[in-house]
Amino acid sequence: MQLFLEQVLNGLQFGMTLLLMASGLTLVFGIMNLINLAHGSLFMLGAFAGATVVAWSGSFLLGLLAGVVTAGLAGMAMEALVLRRLYRRDHLDQVLATFGLILLFNEAVRVIWGRRPLGLTLPDWLAGSVEILPGVGYPVFRLAVIAVGLAVMAGLWWLVMRTRLGMRIRAGASDREMIGALGVNITALYTLVFGLGACLAGLAGVMAAPFIAVQSGMGEDILILTFVVIVIGGIGSLRGAVAGALLIGLADTLGRVYLPDLLRLWLPPATADGAGAALASMTIYLLMALVLALRPRGLFGDAG
Amino acid sequence: MRRAACIPFLAAVLAAAIPFAATAAEPVRIGMVTTLSTGGGYLGEDIRNGFQLALDQGDGALGGVPVELIVEDDGREPGNARQLARRLIESEGVRLMTGSVFSNVAMATIPSIVRDGVIYISPNAGPAQLAGRLCHENYFNAAYQNDNFYEAMGQYFNDEGLDNVYLLAPNYAAGKDALTGFKRYFDGNVVGEVYTQLGQTDYAAEIADLRAAEPDNVFFFYPGGMGINFIKQYAQAGLDQRIPLFGPGFSADNSLVDAVGEAALGMVNSAHWSRDLDNAANRQFVDAYIAAYDREPTLYAAQGYDTARLIGSALAAVAGDVSDTEGLRAALRAADFDSVRGDFRFGRNQHPIQDIYVRRVVRGEDGNLTNALVAKVFDDHQDAYVGDCGIPEQG
Repeated sequence: MQLFLEQVLNGLQFGMTLLLMASGLTLVFGIMNLINLAHGSLFMLGAFAGATVVAWSGSFLLGLLAGVVTAGLAGMAMEALVLRRLYRRDHLDQVLATFGLILLFNEAVRVIWGRRPLGLTLPDWLAGSVEILPGVGYPVFRLAVIAVGLAVMAGLWWLVMRTRLGMRIRAGASDREMIGALGVNITALYTLVFGLGACLAGLAGVMAAPFIAVQSGMGEDILILTFVVIVIGGIGSLRGAVAGALLIGLADTLGRVYLPDLLRLWLPPATADGAGAALASMTIYLLMALVLALRPRGLFGDAG
Repeated sequence: MRRAACIPFLAAVLAAAIPFAATAAEPVRIGMVTTLSTGGGYLGEDIRNGFQLALDQGDGALGGVPVELIVEDDGREPGNARQLARRLIESEGVRLMTGSVFSNVAMATIPSIVRDGVIYISPNAGPAQLAGRLCHENYFNAAYQNDNFYEAMGQYFNDEGLDNVYLLAPNYAAGKDALTGFKRYFDGNVVGEVYTQLGQTDYAAEIADLRAAEPDNVFFFYPGGMGINFIKQYAQAGLDQRIPLFGPGFSADNSLVDAVGEAALGMVNSAHWSRDLDNAANRQFVDAYIAAYDREPTLYAAQGYDTARLIGSALAAVAGDVSDTEGLRAALRAADFDSVRGDFRFGRNQHPIQDIYVRRVVRGEDGNLTNALVAKVFDDHQDAYVGDCGIPEQG
């Protein structure tokens, strides 16, 4: 039971990292109708900038800030220089162009930081573990990731639903021409939204850096999962991104842990582990197929 | 073609032919197709740096024979590696090749390269098949057979009376080989054996399961970035203080330990080389490497360096005549060079027979993390596949 609770926390934590990525991607997709494969590169940039500043200053919070700001600035520059030309183009053109950006960013990171993976050491107050139940320690940093995810979720909801900027964002999503005619600077609005999404990706990158290797190409793995999340949740829906991220995080973690155990009831351990691991890596895609079969537009996709 | 136009054409042909007349002064071309990009790129970089150091120490010559090193990046793709090797052999006339880092790339390229009569010296990858059934008289491995490190750890567990081990590895060929190699020597009790997805970044679930199983020891095989992630998360879960962690040497090499940081301190790992191995060749190598590249050598760098010096010993024996394949092979088999690993010779399958050690990650005199020798586990260790190899014993 304690183990199960711990695994649920692990699933939640993984879901929160996915959520930070998915909410940025879905803002951009839902509002600008742009497929941005280079979103993972912003995650990578955030991690690199964060790790560098932490190594240099010794302060994790400063690193966090650096990661968010670097990814945000890079994102806005990317939007202004490249993506702005792509809004009216076909999705295939967007995929090709942003795939090119992935290669560019990976190579740039290699040139600047070299091929050796970087490390990010946590400060004492975030390292180690706390007892969440008698005898069960849980890493403090993973709890912090969950807390940050919840805070970001609340902040985004407030921004989109309760502020003037959010109103414009929502209006821009439903009718670009009309909001332009009403005198809103739609170009600046898009750049701002893109920057916001980029900041979230950078935040996810810094929050991931303490437990995963900071190296060129690290954005690709998480990007694929992020796409699964927004497809399940419904493209362009923030509520969908939240639901999808938590669902994928939990399904992936629990599948990895319990599928091999389940198969061990019938199969010898080595085979069960092999088959279980293979099945577990498919869980989320099976889940995606199931959701799409029942609701082709995702859980919270608009009907029309 | 008009006669007048023929003359410059003929002149050009003659001019192009002249360099071929002067073959004696041509440096020997060595092709190095290795992995310089992707997440594993720093491994090939270390191998190249080690090789280049030996070349620089000989002022561009190995064994007194001038050498031109042609380095290509395979991007960890077997298909790329195959194409690059083909080009080097067919259009650059390369007769000596090296470079493979990853076993899957090695398996896809080396068998066809050696069938073409080219001599291949692996500076790292040593898959079981190439040591056994698919061994070839033109293929040498100057590093190790893939199982060696894990076998040594299994033996170390026996020597130290360690028991109740929990095993983890990614679910692919090298991962299974690693745990098989460990169990080949380990006599004790395996509490759990877990195969995770290749390339997985988050191990929270596996670590929670591991803690619940309450093993006395943990042995893992996670190459490259996977190892960094696993060790960091293991420490964050507070397990590094409670359950000792054992792994292969390359998960504790300097470049990885730097990325892991404090969490790697105390990790016990097995390898055929360590910076503090006490022999003249190694002391000289470590100092020269730090002077040249401003960082500590890794075991990959040591392998690259040894590969170059092994090639040097063979080139000296045939006086730079690489068309003498028979002579080259015989000279390589003799392995007449001072390895930074100390004793080094080839077995019948042309894989190393060498000592394997256990090291521990410690804080060095300069404050940086590094490895210190703990024990020698195997004396003149040979791999388990030599029996499957059809190359006859040489006189």
